[in-house]
Amino acid sequence: MSKIITDVVCPFCGTLCDDLEVTVSDDGKKLIDVSNACAIGAMKFLHSQADDRLTKPRMRNEDGSWRDVSYEEAADFSAKMLANSKKPLMYGWSSTNCEAQSVGSTIGELIGAQMDNTATVCHGTTLIAVQDVGVPSCTLGEVKNRADMIIYWGGNPAHAHPRHMSRYSMYPRGFFTAKGHRGRTLVVVDPRDTDSASIADIHLKVEQGRDYELLSALRVAFRGEVLPDVVAGIPKEKIYEVAEKMKKARFGVIFFGMGVTQTLSKNHNIDIAIQVTRDLNEYTKFSIMPMRGHYNVTGSGEVWGWQFGFPFCVDLSRGFARYNPGESSSNDLLVRGEVDSVFVIGSDPGAHFPFGSVKKMNEIPCVCVDPHITPTTVVADLHVPVAFVGVEVGGCAYRMDSVPIETHKVVDAPEGMITDEEFLNMVLERLQKIKGV
Amino acid sequence: MAEKIELNLISGRTIQQGVSMEAGKEKPAYRDACGIIELNAADIKKLGIWQGTNVRVTSLHGTVVVKAIEGLQKVDEGMGWIPMGPWANRVIDPNTYSTGMPTFKGVKVSVTPEPSGKVLSSLEVIEEGLAL
Repeated sequence: MSKIITDVVCPFCGTLCDDLEVTVSDDGKKLIDVSNACAIGAMKFLHSQADDRLTKPRMRNEDGSWRDVSYEEAADFSAKMLANSKKPLMYGWSSTNCEAQSVGSTIGELIGAQMDNTATVCHGTTLIAVQDVGVPSCTLGEVKNRADMIIYWGGNPAHAHPRHMSRYSMYPRGFFTAKGHRGRTLVVVDPRDTDSASIADIHLKVEQGRDYELLSALRVAFRGEVLPDVVAGIPKEKIYEVAEKMKKARFGVIFFGMGVTQTLSKNHNIDIAIQVTRDLNEYTKFSIMPMRGHYNVTGSGEVWGWQFGFPFCVDLSRGFARYNPGESSSNDLLVRGEVDSVFVIGSDPGAHFPFGSVKKMNEIPCVCVDPHITPTTVVADLHVPVAFVGVEVGGCAYRMDSVPIETHKVVDAPEGMITDEEFLNMVLERLQKIKGV
Repeated sequence: MAEKIELNLISGRTIQQGVSMEAGKEKPAYRDACGIIELNAADIKKLGIWQGTNVRVTSLHGTVVVKAIEGLQKVDEGMGWIPMGPWANRVIDPNTYSTGMPTFKGVKVSVTPEPSGKVLSSLEVIEEGLAL
């Protein structure tokens, strides 16, 4: 027999869908099926059941091969590595729960670590812009119930956040949006003909890297001032048309992605996107929201926000929290050779950092806490597989609109496996002994 | 064949990248999803190759062999798309311009046919880079 667990929260992207149904065996040990999830979310649940999954920590031998070790040995190694480092980097934190992030912060304070999360290669520039100019935002519930104009700028939700449009932005029928998608206008700004752009009412095919110009042109158009014939590849007539539609919307939202955060101009692209939103509030109600990637990258920023005052790139090496992206950011620290060990948890910098940074990680001691075999494990000296948060252990996660949602455990982890939080607590205990606190 | 073309490279997520990543980055499906470059049909013609031919992508920052295909989501002539992952990260611009954020989008690259080249797995592409 099997049973169905409802209202399960998906631990893949920042949309944090909370309507999944998961079929598990009667004894709660086997996950059989997942419904309501997108293809990526379903795969995340099902992969936890893979036969070839690692269930024991493994340590690198001198010849490069691996040997199994106990969690105790793994915690000993991690604690010694961190205690012996002058400037350790503790990176990742976005694919784990806030409880584990909090224990990690305690460790970081104790050893004076550089703490950074995946925002550093995702929406870090957004965080800088928000600190510079503020952010008029809202919750996804408000979008569902009120928004009649949806703009995806430099993002492709059909691929990166597959249920975002159906749950919150375009398709749901809300309190003031009873017509669903027929009552909404969708604008996609992207240099490619993406699948999201193909369903848009208006696709502004901006020249790659020229988002700042186009955003600036919109601000000119709002004021009815003169534009050149073409800006960033878009004819001025189109810009005036879109500007007018934005002003006439009842409630609009700009969702933005890596197309603006990762191109040149970086945080300045976001600065001006926020200014566009601010301008529009002279005429109507408009909000702006980053399309956060990892399911709890927002939570990582929240936890550090309340503990240290900064959401990423936190330098604890002086005994108090400093923050200076460009100096205290992972890739800059690695490329300049300023850190002497790396502790990775809930992320895969091996796959998602520029290769020069990965090469530096290989030159220094590296611990990787991750359920999967990843490119990061290629450069790790110790790989600690742990239970999947949101599948085998619950815990708090923050959705992209900063709404905290409690994830659930739906199935037991393989026998003997521990969670991120439990492993971090083991490391913390050992560090407290080493430091005599 | 053997023409060389210059492109503006961008990288990012695809659903195939996401699904295969969650199924295991060490598996061939992840290589098949991300060890590719999506090109405009005109650029494939300029290279004098068929779709599915392996090509070498080179930038100031590195080089990698990937499979050339016509964009599943069309890219314009002069633009290339490699899904985010270790293949793209061999060639993207690591400069953060003091923001912490490497320049993952908008990197000048050259592309040349390399039919005999092998598209490595995600773990191999790291190992190969470390051995250089």
